[in-house]
Amino acid sequence: MIKHLRSAADLDAATATLILDTAGEMASLAGREVKKLPTLRGRTVVNLFYEDSTRTRISFEAAAKRLSADVINFSAKGSSVSKGESLKDTALTLQAMGADAVVIRHQASGAPHRLAAWVDGSVINAGDGTHEHPTQALLDAYTMRSRLGRLDGLRVAIVGDVLHSRVARSNVLLLTTLGASVTLVGPPTLIPLDVAALSRSTKVSYDLDSVLPDMDVVMMLRVQTERMQDSFFPSAREYSRRYGLDLARMRRLPEHAIVMHPGPMNRGMEIAPEVADSSRSTIVEQVANGVSARMAVLYLLLGGKA
Amino acid sequence: MAQPRADTVSKVILSGSDLQRVVDRIAHQILEKTSGATGTVLLGIPTRGVPLARRLATRIHAFEGIDVPVGALDITLYRDDLRLHATRALGKTEIPAGGIDGRKVILVDDVLFSGRTVRAALDALNDQGRPSSVQLAVLVDRGHRQLPIRADYVGKNIPTALSESVRVSLTETDGLDEVKLTGGVR
Amino acid sequence: MTAYVLKGVSVLGASPVDLVVRDGVISSDKSGVSEVVDADGLVALPGLVDLHTHLREPGREDAETVETGSRAAALGGYTAVFAMANTSPVADTAGVVEQVWRLGREAGLVDVQPIGAVTVGLAGKQMAELGAMASSAAGVRIFSDDGHCVADPRLMRRALEYVKAFDGIIAQHAEEPRLTEGAQMHEGEVSTRLGLTGWPAVAEEAIIARDVLLAEHVGSRLHVCHVSTAGSVEVLRQAKARGVRVTAEVTPHHLLLTDELAASYDPVFKVNPPLRTASDVAALREALIEGVIDIVATDHAPHAVQDKECEWAYARPGMVGLETALSVVLSVLGERWDLIAERMSRAPARIAGLAGHGTDLAPGSPANLTLVDPSAHRVVDPGELASRSRNTPYAGTTLPGRIVATFLRGEPTVLDGKAVK
Repeated sequence: MIKHLRSAADLDAATATLILDTAGEMASLAGREVKKLPTLRGRTVVNLFYEDSTRTRISFEAAAKRLSADVINFSAKGSSVSKGESLKDTALTLQAMGADAVVIRHQASGAPHRLAAWVDGSVINAGDGTHEHPTQALLDAYTMRSRLGRLDGLRVAIVGDVLHSRVARSNVLLLTTLGASVTLVGPPTLIPLDVAALSRSTKVSYDLDSVLPDMDVVMMLRVQTERMQDSFFPSAREYSRRYGLDLARMRRLPEHAIVMHPGPMNRGMEIAPEVADSSRSTIVEQVANGVSARMAVLYLLLGGKA
Repeated sequence: MAQPRADTVSKVILSGSDLQRVVDRIAHQILEKTSGATGTVLLGIPTRGVPLARRLATRIHAFEGIDVPVGALDITLYRDDLRLHATRALGKTEIPAGGIDGRKVILVDDVLFSGRTVRAALDALNDQGRPSSVQLAVLVDRGHRQLPIRADYVGKNIPTALSESVRVSLTETDGLDEVKLTGGVR
Repeated sequence: MTAYVLKGVSVLGASPVDLVVRDGVISSDKSGVSEVVDADGLVALPGLVDLHTHLREPGREDAETVETGSRAAALGGYTAVFAMANTSPVADTAGVVEQVWRLGREAGLVDVQPIGAVTVGLAGKQMAELGAMASSAAGVRIFSDDGHCVADPRLMRRALEYVKAFDGIIAQHAEEPRLTEGAQMHEGEVSTRLGLTGWPAVAEEAIIARDVLLAEHVGSRLHVCHVSTAGSVEVLRQAKARGVRVTAEVTPHHLLLTDELAASYDPVFKVNPPLRTASDVAALREALIEGVIDIVATDHAPHAVQDKECEWAYARPGMVGLETALSVVLSVLGERWDLIAERMSRAPARIAGLAGHGTDLAPGSPANLTLVDPSAHRVVDPGELASRSRNTPYAGTTLPGRIVATFLRGEPTVLDGKAVK
């Protein structure tokens, strides 16, 4: 088993499939009355969050607690180089506290890689800058597999601000590893110039309407309105007209196709409220699956000999 | 599976037909001890306990025409030795539709040894619900218990040395039915 | 003054001779020599001249001082270094440049020549008192806002024109700031994968293109700092072919390392301009051999531990380089001693108008020279560097060549591979 989960690229197909299968077993436990398992009793999981993300933190916290791990929430929000403790000093503190795993959310790409050099425990990337968010990709893949029965050969469109999206990066890597084919859709300003760097088979389209009829999954990314100030696109209205998923566009999808969103959503911007609330939408399921996927990761990283 | 070394013995304890007879006998004993298997649920412990539980259910049906619910109970997440080994992949847990509350649950496993697996299974069962009673059926009891646990149904008692190992093969998982004793000194 | 004889030394790879150093100059008179240096198998080069060094003093003495940087320079075979202006306070007045110049004289290990800032506080708004710095005791001739680009085209034009009065030269850090906001590494496949904001090659090339046109228009001299892309090489090639008075430098690290190293997220590989691709490295090597790029300059940029042992985005860009430069160049160019002497000593001295350095090792010439053992190899150990900082990208790497001795005006600053003081 791998020691850290810093990038979706840390996972080969066999390991990724093992995590998804394990998540399935964890999900089946979620239905019973006693949700707690004794598995990680005596192990310490630290949630080290340099960015506000209540959703992700709660999801990891629930996952760790269901496995009986001791959870320490270390909120370092607002920390920067100029004020407060350095990441290295924090790492040494966590090390002294005997953290078996550190779940880190950080605004700087690569912070989990740096942290892994300074602590003995496992490092789990819960989102780093504009780099990756591998557990989100795992829960997304799990959601697709449980809705559509497979990942191999699945056609997935990821739509929106791919350039700044850690969710998109991790999803491209993981889905490609698992045999799905990914098409990135968005205005050219928000698609990286070197998409092939992520995966040779990834396709790019600037035209959402033409892509939709061939898709099994369409994943809408959150678009931050401050991108307008940086001239990535002219206005929210124009963005929404060209790349937003409304009812008319949703009807272009095949009957079986699903609509995903990693949240939090800008309703009316990248996704229309009627689409978000439709039966094709997996947005609520994704949240529940997040706990199962994170339990699987924690178990597989911490459940054996250190 | 590793080949036994040349200086060790490898002895067949139960042949395919022996194994069938043993399963038939346990099925009869279950019918006897549970008043015709009413309100009974068979839960196999993965890996080989699961096909054994199914076989028992099939035989019970053949003898009495009764359908006993069969499921699987994975105990990996309840093991007390997780930190001693590399991370284990999970087995399937499938509780039959009727659940286990108020039922007579019979846990089924291939080999009873230290008793730690059964201890973990009792914990796992406890988190699933509240059976009226729990019994244990095993194909082979090889002794060397480390916990106060005994089986209610035993296919065969095999006295063993600690250095020996008991290998159960089943058609469903291994392609043939057989129980072998390997290791030890000639 | 002690007289030395360098026995059996090979000047620029020629047959072994005995070279006498007496009264600060190379001499042919062997009488009364008191010290013998066994130079069997060693190659003598004119003392190296670095047109681009950050000595950090005043302001960041925790990272480097004029003295520690001078010692690192001498150990690297240098006899003169040009200290960049981005200190604190900025070297934008006669007072600060004279202070640095004086500290260099006191250290006495290399000639420290201050570079003056082009604009007040490196802010890119108002021209600094370039004339006052030129006529100060430091005699500044090179002006640069290095670390920042003189982005305003009108200000750049004026600066290029203004320094003509005292034969000055503007050394430009070519980086269009609007194209590199938040940039962390070379924009390309690796930056896409790592999710680090890209520093596109065009941000350098666009400024160089603009500046060579400006220099051509006003008839001034332009020097381009740390050229890092194949596209920049093409712009320079064309400008030189047209007769524009432009010179350019490349750093040792841009001749050897690529952007793939960022994959570790270890900021020891973070530098500005960033490490580029293998094809850029190939183009830079070719340009250096050809002469499109005139010189190698270290861009020695020491940083304190806490400025590097952190997240990539928060780390300061830069690498130390004085003590490894010759070894890196040797590994890139091989034992082409005359070419090395040209690119690392003669041409930089000529560009800077620095008398007494970069001269041939002939009788009567100032005895500024360094002795190299080309057969030695060493594994770079950051802990052994004389620089106060440890941010070398070559830790654990085996590099060829070792500096055995360095002489500044006839006095040894390095002997047996160790600094004399």
